[in-house]
Amino acid sequence: MSSGNGHALVIEGLRKSFDKLEVLRGIDLSLAEHEVVCLIGASGSGKSTLLRCVNLLEPIDAGRIFVRGQDVTARGVDVNELRRGIGIVFQSFNLFPHMSVLANITLAPRKALGLSKVDAETRAEELLARFGLADKRDEYPDRLSGGQQQRVAIVRALAMQPGLLLLDEVTSALDPELVAEVLAVIRELAAEGMTMLIATHEMGFARDVASRVCFLDAGVILEEGTPAEIFGAPHQPRTQQFLQRIVDAGRL
Amino acid sequence: MVNSSGWDDVKQAFFSPEEFKSAFPDILRAFWINVKIFLIAEVFILVFALAVAVLRGLPGPVFFPIRAMAIVYVDLFRSVPTILVIYILGFGVPALALPGVPIDPLFWGIVSLVLVYSAYVSEVYRAGIDSVHPSQAAAARSLGLSHGQALRFVVIPQAVRRVIPPLLNDFIGLQKDTALVGLLGVVEAFRQSQIDVAASFNYTPYIATALIFIALTVPMARLTDWLIARDKRRQQAGRLA
Repeated sequence: MSSGNGHALVIEGLRKSFDKLEVLRGIDLSLAEHEVVCLIGASGSGKSTLLRCVNLLEPIDAGRIFVRGQDVTARGVDVNELRRGIGIVFQSFNLFPHMSVLANITLAPRKALGLSKVDAETRAEELLARFGLADKRDEYPDRLSGGQQQRVAIVRALAMQPGLLLLDEVTSALDPELVAEVLAVIRELAAEGMTMLIATHEMGFARDVASRVCFLDAGVILEEGTPAEIFGAPHQPRTQQFLQRIVDAGRL
Repeated sequence: MVNSSGWDDVKQAFFSPEEFKSAFPDILRAFWINVKIFLIAEVFILVFALAVAVLRGLPGPVFFPIRAMAIVYVDLFRSVPTILVIYILGFGVPALALPGVPIDPLFWGIVSLVLVYSAYVSEVYRAGIDSVHPSQAAAARSLGLSHGQALRFVVIPQAVRRVIPPLLNDFIGLQKDTALVGLLGVVEAFRQSQIDVAASFNYTPYIATALIFIALTVPMARLTDWLIARDKRRQQAGRLA
């Protein structure tokens, strides 16, 4: 299994259909450790599906996915074990509304990792303090702003100490003034060397934070390169068209 | 109604103050059996129905036989009239004279009610489980929790909160149907009133029994209304926030 070695994530020939609609049509992508890769592209281009396939929330039709050299698409893989090492943060936060912030964060470390209540809470409180949420530990998610909820969701993923973080348009459901506080958190994680695969519509953010940018179109990675290459001099007409529209909309 | 030609006879047969006074204490005492049946059955129904709902929701082809069994059970006990289940189990099973199997009609009456009502209540639970958005289970699974853990800690707590009003509705039905256990010879309120009627040829004890059931059921119905209203208020408050 040489294809997975030395990389946090390797995706080979990934295909995924929903009924007759082929959403991913052969994706090849690899992430080195500590690398931050941004996926850009129009809605429906397959960004979210790609992320959900990586931690096997969606069963795949063809191709292989290696996480740290381990073929996670092989038979008999313990999906629960695999997911403990991969954090995912969703567009719609998906916090558990019947639990306090602290319970949201400590649930998986306690039940999936077997941490004691005290250890899990210590870990959660450290993370909450780091991201300016210490006073929210006993609040319920519905009482927080969108930006606070999304930061709690990020903390919940980090509490599992994942080696790879998947971010699925984490600012798309937020009011513009709340976007910055969430992006600041992600920037900080990138600076610390967290390996991240980020689907985003925030082009300015992608340009700043990504070591590589992939443009997805109709289920394939049409173009891939450094932010300077993709945003500065894209080769593909579809990429040029997409970015022109973003510029016209005043979002880059 | 009071001007109808038969009113005087009906008044004498159904609304006799003397008969009411003499029968009421016996019936009230017998009604404790109904309360007992209700409370015991309810505990088992709450647990058993949840188990059926969870089994019916097990994913993947491996669990098809278990899902199929749960579906057959629910279909069967929702189709057969409760009174038939009580007759068949209450008279049939003790007649088999199997060693170690109870022959107490009260026991089989409760078993019948548990089986029938669990079928209904499991569907209520299932509706509740289905109403929790799949993204909640996805979030739980993405953190590495197993299917069972996701259900137990994330999905079921939210589902149960949502179905409390319909659950109480089913329990109001159960309260009334405890009277059916009297058909097996258990002297609960309805059976006691039959005994009183047979002794006096006066139907007033039936009215007394009806009043006792009303006195228990109406407060339960108001509690249900209150819970529904409170739930609505909360959701709207959440939406405005």
